Amino acid sequence: MRKKFFNYRLIINLFFILMCVTFIVPMLYVISISFSSNASIDASGYSLIPTEWSLDAYRYVFRNPEQVLNSYKTTIFASVVGSFLSVFVMALMAYPLSRPNFVFKKPITFFVFFTMLFGGGLIPSYILNTQYLGLANSIWIYILPGLASAWHIIIIRTFFQQLPPALVEAAKIDGAREMRVFFTIILPLSKPVLASVLFMMLTAKWNDWQTSLIYIRDETLYTLQYTLQKVLNEVEFLKNLAKSGEFNVTINADVPTEPMRFALVIVAAGPMLVVFPFFQKYFSKGLTVGAVKG
Amino acid sequence: MKTNTMPGRALRKNRILGLTSENWWLLALTLPGLIYFFIWHYLPMFGLVIAFKDYTYDAGIFGSEWVGFDNFKFFFTSNDAWRITRNTVAYAAVFIVLTAVLGALVAILLNEVKSRAATKAYQTIMILPDFLSWVIVGFITYIFLNPAEGVLNQVLAMFGVEGIDWYINPNYWPYILTFVNMWKTIGMTSIMYYAALLGADQQLYEAATIDGANGLQKCWHISVPALVPLMTTLSILAVGRIFRGDFGLFYQIPRDVGALYPTTDVIDTYVYRGLRQGDMGITSAVGFFQSFVGVILVVVTNMIVKKIDPDNALF
Repeated sequence: MRKKFFNYRLIINLFFILMCVTFIVPMLYVISISFSSNASIDASGYSLIPTEWSLDAYRYVFRNPEQVLNSYKTTIFASVVGSFLSVFVMALMAYPLSRPNFVFKKPITFFVFFTMLFGGGLIPSYILNTQYLGLANSIWIYILPGLASAWHIIIIRTFFQQLPPALVEAAKIDGAREMRVFFTIILPLSKPVLASVLFMMLTAKWNDWQTSLIYIRDETLYTLQYTLQKVLNEVEFLKNLAKSGEFNVTINADVPTEPMRFALVIVAAGPMLVVFPFFQKYFSKGLTVGAVKG
Repeated sequence: MKTNTMPGRALRKNRILGLTSENWWLLALTLPGLIYFFIWHYLPMFGLVIAFKDYTYDAGIFGSEWVGFDNFKFFFTSNDAWRITRNTVAYAAVFIVLTAVLGALVAILLNEVKSRAATKAYQTIMILPDFLSWVIVGFITYIFLNPAEGVLNQVLAMFGVEGIDWYINPNYWPYILTFVNMWKTIGMTSIMYYAALLGADQQLYEAATIDGANGLQKCWHISVPALVPLMTTLSILAVGRIFRGDFGLFYQIPRDVGALYPTTDVIDTYVYRGLRQGDMGITSAVGFFQSFVGVILVVVTNMIVKKIDPDNALF
């Protein structure tokens, strides 16, 4: 009996270890390829441990880091400014919707919720943003069109609803206005849910490449992920990155294209991959989707 | 603090246009959001009229000529209509079922891992792919599928099998895309389900143990019912998006290779290409079709769920 018990635990753990291996091995490949020499990849393909070590790829990446730096700037601005602004606007909107005596509670909730069900889709949005609002090739395209989402507003509202109503009542008897109640009582108490939503937005915006793909032609405004996509799919773009800034000559044959692609992945995504998992607790906390209903 | 003015009563008396000042303040707070939703969600809905127009940039939305249902006719009589609808719906259906079943299964297994350190380590690693953009997952797929240097062909070569040119043959792609999608999403999904399991009443498990239930019985009678509400909510939402393929998955992983369109082209990638080619009228007709069926699907699913178990319905 005891032995059988042991085995079944062992099998479950083996299952998870195997699963984790499938998540880690690809990352190891990315690292290994970025440190391989181009010749060794041509000769024997990608390998888990470089057959011939080389730092050439990184040398080329850092020779002309302008594109990567610009992308970092764009991405950091878009994700940090965008996420904080979004969470602020969404919290502002969620608060009245959490108040039972707000007379427009029902219609506004519907106004917001309906956008989850129906939307104009890509083409009308594209025409609106480019022809009427002039957001093409502008940093604000990363911030404005995605400013709020019905889903996140409902999550925040549900959290607000669970705060004890007595808090608001007491503050109002003391003469506090709605604004003060919101800023001095509701917001500080809601840090867990605000952090969760903020973090979800940060990840989504950090990983955004579609916005650049659709709206941006100016290379200095590419997000990191879009720069990476160009690097993977367009050898010319990659070779331009390898150009020496001073002489501006294309070094054609020498560019270690394959390792360089993966070195760029490391430079662009590495720092975040190291940082983000530490915040994972914000995901499970306060975000049980079951609490979303209502 | 103005304690001497008895604001509670004053608020109720000072009505402007029939609203208390409290309500005016609350309305003011929603204003930025209202403006945002109006501009970026409701205006594009009106913009759908271009599905009934022959849109040209010069004439704009209002100036373009009305063409009735011509755009819809053109789309539905083309070969593309069936292909992209089938692909979109089939992938979504498979993903919904696999996500719910595998997500719940992994969560239940994770619940059986009693070592806290191990649970934590597994969770941290499982969540990793969720932090990767589809671009990077595209790189990773490329490591495995690259016909010349790729890992998969190296493995095949070890067994003496000739390498396969993955990016040419559409037959493999339903499996590849399903695998890649599950690889990226399973960790996050199962952690969500796991959180729901932890929320289940632990006393139930203890009581069941005392009554002599074995692991499987406990899993079937306690864990699964604990997960059903979340599974339903997530599935209704997913059904509403059944017509919206994950653009990242279908654009980045097959790398927009034309030869693969028969099995990889979905409505979203089709709409994107339409935008690039400037077929605004037809493409927004497709978008309209997509949104319209989406609404119907989510409302119908919700109705069915409501019939079976009102508590699990979304609205």
